Order: sequence, then C-alpha cells, then structure tokens
Amino acid sequence: MYVQITSDPIQVSEVLASVGSSADGAILLFTGIVRNHSEGQPVTAVQYEAYRGMAEQVLREIAQEASERLGTDRLAVVHRVGDLAVGDVSVAIAVSSPHRAESFAACRYVIEEIKVRLPVWKRERFVGGEARWAPGRALAPSPAAGV
Amino acid sequence: MRVRSLFFAAYRDLAGRGELDVELPPGATVSDLVAVVRRSAERLAGLPAQPVVAVNQEYAGYEQHLRDGDEVAFIPPVAGG
Repeated sequence: MYVQITSDPIQVSEVLASVGSSADGAILLFTGIVRNHSEGQPVTAVQYEAYRGMAEQVLREIAQEASERLGTDRLAVVHRVGDLAVGDVSVAIAVSSPHRAESFAACRYVIEEIKVRLPVWKRERFVGGEARWAPGRALAPSPAAGV
Repeated sequence: MRVRSLFFAAYRDLAGRGELDVELPPGATVSDLVAVVRRSAERLAGLPAQPVVAVNQEYAGYEQHLRDGDEVAFIPPVAGG
C-alpha cells in the first residue's frame, strides 16, 4: 500500500506501476484532473491546501478501508497540494485485484471518501485574477455536536 | 490550560489568522473552546456556530474534553480530489 500527500507533480506511471501482481487480473487507475471551469466560470489555476499531518493520516485510513474491499493491499493513492494548472493531476489512485469487481469498488471508495473527509481545500483562480475557495462538502456533523 | 486553535482555508481568511492560542479552564470541552474562540475577536465571530473540528488531527465531537497542549483544528467543508 502506498499513500502520499505531495507538493511535487504526481508521476502517474509510478503510481500505476506500484500495484499489480501475477495473481491479479485487473488493474485500475483513476486520475483526478484540474478542469478549466467551475460552476460555469472559466478557471485558470487552482491551489490545494491540506492540513498536512491529518490529511496523511486520513488518507491512510481510507486506503486501509478500501484495501479490505479490495481483498489485497495492492493499492496506491497520491494527492497533490500547492499550485496546479489546468490539466494537472490532483489525485491518482491505482488498485489491483484478481477480479475486476473488487478493483472498481475499492477505487470508487477511495475517491468518494476523499471527497467527504480528507482535510484538503481548493482555491480556484478565475479569468481576471479573482479567486475563491471551492464551496466543498460539509463533513458529517461531529458526533455529539448537537446538530 | 492552553490549547492551540488552527484555522484553514476559508476559515483562515475569515479569522484573519491561521492560529490562536486559547486559555481555558480545566475540564473544558470542544464546545467551550469554540464558544471562546468565536467571542475572542470580531472577525472570529464570523466562524460558523458549530464548525467541524479535529482534536490532535482526529475528527472530534463537541463533548470531548480538552487537555493542555491540545491542537484543535477548525475544518471548513472539504474540497479534495
């Protein structure tokens, strides 16, 4: 299992090469890419910020949970932080398993859990220089938060 | 006891700072800390009444008791991926 938060460009081929074995009939790769628009507005660049220590820990937990769905520990996930341009890879997930169903389920699990609980934020820069934090997803209220 | 509050992303912009050390009575909870932080400066009153928090890098409930030296992060809605 390979888990990383990094400010360096993600080497997708290395993420992919870190999974797979002669027992596996399925290898799956997902990449998240910075797109050039957000809610109808043209985006020129984004900046990802992380609560670094916690993000690494949460990403490791997510990977561990996904590995149980996968049935193997052949899973890699890397999330980028810092300044990214349109077309850059913000996240890469690779998994492998003997059969495809487990790989699809595990890969989907990782990206969906990242979306709801990884402490990472995205600042979008628009044409003209204006910038704003992407609205994001409110986490489930803390237990006993009284809500 | 002394607790360190951390503000990220939109909450940092709102607060005008990335961290704040807060003095709390022994036995104080996350709920107490959030209330104190929101009262401690005009800009901090703009934080949500019940933001998601993490204590020492783990998501925590509002009833959790805090200890001297704890690090409490105010976590805005997340937008990774």
